[in-house]
Amino acid sequence: MISQTFYCEMLSSLTRAMLSSSSPPPSSHLLLTHSSHCLKTPNLSHRQCKQQKRWTHGSQRASRVVAYYGLKEPPYKLDALEPYMSRRTLEVHWGGHHRNYLEGLNKQLEKSDILYGYTFDELVKATYNNGNPLPEFNNAAQVWNHDFFWESMQPGGGDMPKLGVLEQIEKDFGSYTSFREKFIEAALTLFGSGWVWLVLKREERQLKIVRTSNAICPLVWDDIPIICLDMWEHAYYLDYKNERGKYVDTFMNHLVSWNAAMVRMARAEAFVNLGEPNIPVA
Amino acid sequence: MALRALAARKSLAGSGFQRILGARGLQTFSLPDLPYDYGALEPAISAEIMQLHHQKHHQAYITNYNKALEQLDAAIAKGDASAVVKLQSAIKFNGGGHVNHSIFWNNLSPVKEGGGEPPHSSLGWAIDQSFGSFDALITKMNAEGAGLQGSGWVWLALDKELKKVVVETTANQDPLVTKGASLVPLLGIDVWEHAYYLQYKNVRPDYLKNIWKVINWKYASQVYEKESA
Repeated sequence: MISQTFYCEMLSSLTRAMLSSSSPPPSSHLLLTHSSHCLKTPNLSHRQCKQQKRWTHGSQRASRVVAYYGLKEPPYKLDALEPYMSRRTLEVHWGGHHRNYLEGLNKQLEKSDILYGYTFDELVKATYNNGNPLPEFNNAAQVWNHDFFWESMQPGGGDMPKLGVLEQIEKDFGSYTSFREKFIEAALTLFGSGWVWLVLKREERQLKIVRTSNAICPLVWDDIPIICLDMWEHAYYLDYKNERGKYVDTFMNHLVSWNAAMVRMARAEAFVNLGEPNIPVA
Repeated sequence: MALRALAARKSLAGSGFQRILGARGLQTFSLPDLPYDYGALEPAISAEIMQLHHQKHHQAYITNYNKALEQLDAAIAKGDASAVVKLQSAIKFNGGGHVNHSIFWNNLSPVKEGGGEPPHSSLGWAIDQSFGSFDALITKMNAEGAGLQGSGWVWLALDKELKKVVVETTANQDPLVTKGASLVPLLGIDVWEHAYYLQYKNVRPDYLKNIWKVINWKYASQVYEKESA
């Protein structure tokens, strides 16, 4: 389905650069099937691209301007999170749900005239349309959310955050224990399907715990997500059935990747001034 | 998992047994029995799902609903308006969950007790009028159920004002009346993932296709006839 002409890879975050998958298949997010020249002249691009199409022979598909997104693999093997999250769950969650959202999104983008050339973050914000989400939002946001989720976990995760992240947590929540309690409570009192996030709020320059329903992602409020937890039933049902509490505990104890959190905080600090560094006097 | 007697079946007409509790007479709720075995709906819905769904999920809604009601009672007695308002979402969610699931158990019945047999007489007639044919209704409900984002329910309802049957969806555990005060639920299908995940995984359309084999149209017809009289 993805054309053989050249593609341009746009990596939208430091995280992705650092956590790039070691195995071959599509790890990039944005594949263009036509010259990127088209995108630089947005006023005419649409029409111009369509006119240029007539000159090529070969399949129509190869010369139309479309944006396809590839399915990103989690940065670990599917059984690497055992016994806390089974391989079966990863297979169905990533290979089924996540893949379906992505394929749905690509199908929708095929028909869309205006939604191309975006980085993934921008696509989520654009389709959110300031609170009036377009039909593509659900798929786009869910793909983003799940990508973020896989990267928020690691084999041998859990434990405690360190260094800057720990300092910031202690500053904004009092202590790690207090943060952990609040996070778990937020997860357990979520009604219906949704996500729990630790985000850095730009204006308030603070870490906050945020809950979202269904597919909503804090990107749309311009927050910077640090870690997230999927509270849709499909995320835990095969392993924990109805025991949400156990799932959330296990996530905090054994799965959450504070390394990923550190990378994201480091990047976030480029955008949010969290305070002066401690420079020793002499 | 024992067979349930006819007496128990009648008790499902309300919302489960109600106990009087406390000086003000606060009624609390308890888990209604299923009118069939957990395994009676196989292979459409597995026994494991039925047991978890009934004993864990529905029970949790009831427990939390009772808790919320007690807290509400206390807040009303104290005249604490903001506490009363704060409890509303918990009541809507857990109370709705209890109401919806109580209807749901009645909407299902084993094949050997008539599950899956299409409706005749007045309800069948009304369906043909509103949707063209029985199959068209199934197709529509399956489409709405599969297309529902997140968690929720898909309903076949009688609109008492318009005097016709309609298909509606509700999110999370919102009861049908939140979509219209004149709507009476005839059939509800739970499309929360817990209702099908262990058996059908992420293939919700398969679950929807198969659940029709155990739908209790007799109950739906009874409700329809009573409410449209």
